[in-house]
Amino acid sequence: MTDYILLLIGTVLVNNFVLVQFLGLCPFMGVSSRTETAIGMSFATTFVMTLASLLSYLVTTYILAPLNLEYLTTMSFILVIAVVVQFTEMVVHKTSTSLYRLLGIFLPLITTNCAVLGVALLNLRLEHNFFESIVYGFGAAAGFSLVLVMFSAMREKLVNADVPTPFKGAAIAMITAGLMSLAFMGFSGLVKI
Amino acid sequence: MNILIAILVLGLIAALFGAILGYASVRFHVEGDPIVEQLDALLPQTQCGQCGYPGCKPYAQAVANGEAINKCAPGGEDTIKKIADLLGVDVEPLDENHELNSSLGNGPTVAFIIEEDCIGCTKCIQACPVDAILGAAKQMHTILIDECTGCDLCVAPCPVDCIEMRPIPETIQNWQWDLNKIAVKQVD
Repeated sequence: MTDYILLLIGTVLVNNFVLVQFLGLCPFMGVSSRTETAIGMSFATTFVMTLASLLSYLVTTYILAPLNLEYLTTMSFILVIAVVVQFTEMVVHKTSTSLYRLLGIFLPLITTNCAVLGVALLNLRLEHNFFESIVYGFGAAAGFSLVLVMFSAMREKLVNADVPTPFKGAAIAMITAGLMSLAFMGFSGLVKI
Repeated sequence: MNILIAILVLGLIAALFGAILGYASVRFHVEGDPIVEQLDALLPQTQCGQCGYPGCKPYAQAVANGEAINKCAPGGEDTIKKIADLLGVDVEPLDENHELNSSLGNGPTVAFIIEEDCIGCTKCIQACPVDAILGAAKQMHTILIDECTGCDLCVAPCPVDCIEMRPIPETIQNWQWDLNKIAVKQVD
């Protein structure tokens, strides 16, 4: 049990996917201009990541490994992720039309979010078992959500801030992201995995 | 042989996922676009056409497809705010081109019938979206100022050009403090 909690904290804070491993930077910059959108994106990504890491574990262990087809992992993971994203898109469209409109193109683009494929491949490389895979996927998504929502809150404040003209817009956002990344470096050493 | 197994396995996985998606698309089928209904409910239903669309419903449809939200003159700032809330986009000021009678300044206006010229043709009554014109055939018409939204749809149909748009005089009752007109400069 302790192992799982440590793995979760380690994934969320210490090895944060966005700020430490630099995966999933596109939605991090793209959907962070409004907090509401960021929260919606967080939920969608969390759902996709957890489900994708679960399914990709099952596909590797029960289909690809017994048939010695490990070289097909990347291809089948992409397949798994695409299906989960499509499924999520349908569910979101059905349950919340305004969220569907808010997320717009970024919802299908979760497919190409490298963090999702990254979770599946890292699960394989770190030889996680079934539950570790789920915890790792969920932790990665939680870390992504945490920094995305914090970053969007900061960007909402930055809009009203008196920023020097050359730094306005994307430039100050990049600097903020860099500073957040530096701050997250402070968590290294918190959990050893 | 190996390659055949690989193709077969990937094909089977793809077919399985395809079946799941097919089921999901039936299960989570969305009828119509509920957002259009919600937008239509927010619009003032004057069907005045100032936004460039034949009525409120078509404009709601267009907004749902990404048209600018600031084209509804009768709705004004209030409607724009509500639409912005619903769609989760930023509030924009009312579009200049659709500002109420920009030729007469920015204030709200009402239609006015020059009564001695009116021939009682009832054409303006048919044009009025809010039933703000009172009158009968061959009788002089008049405008109910409280009902008039200033949409100026009655001006064009009048055969004798006896309708004009007049600005509403500013009184203490309808005066509003326009904060944007006061230049605020941040001191460094």
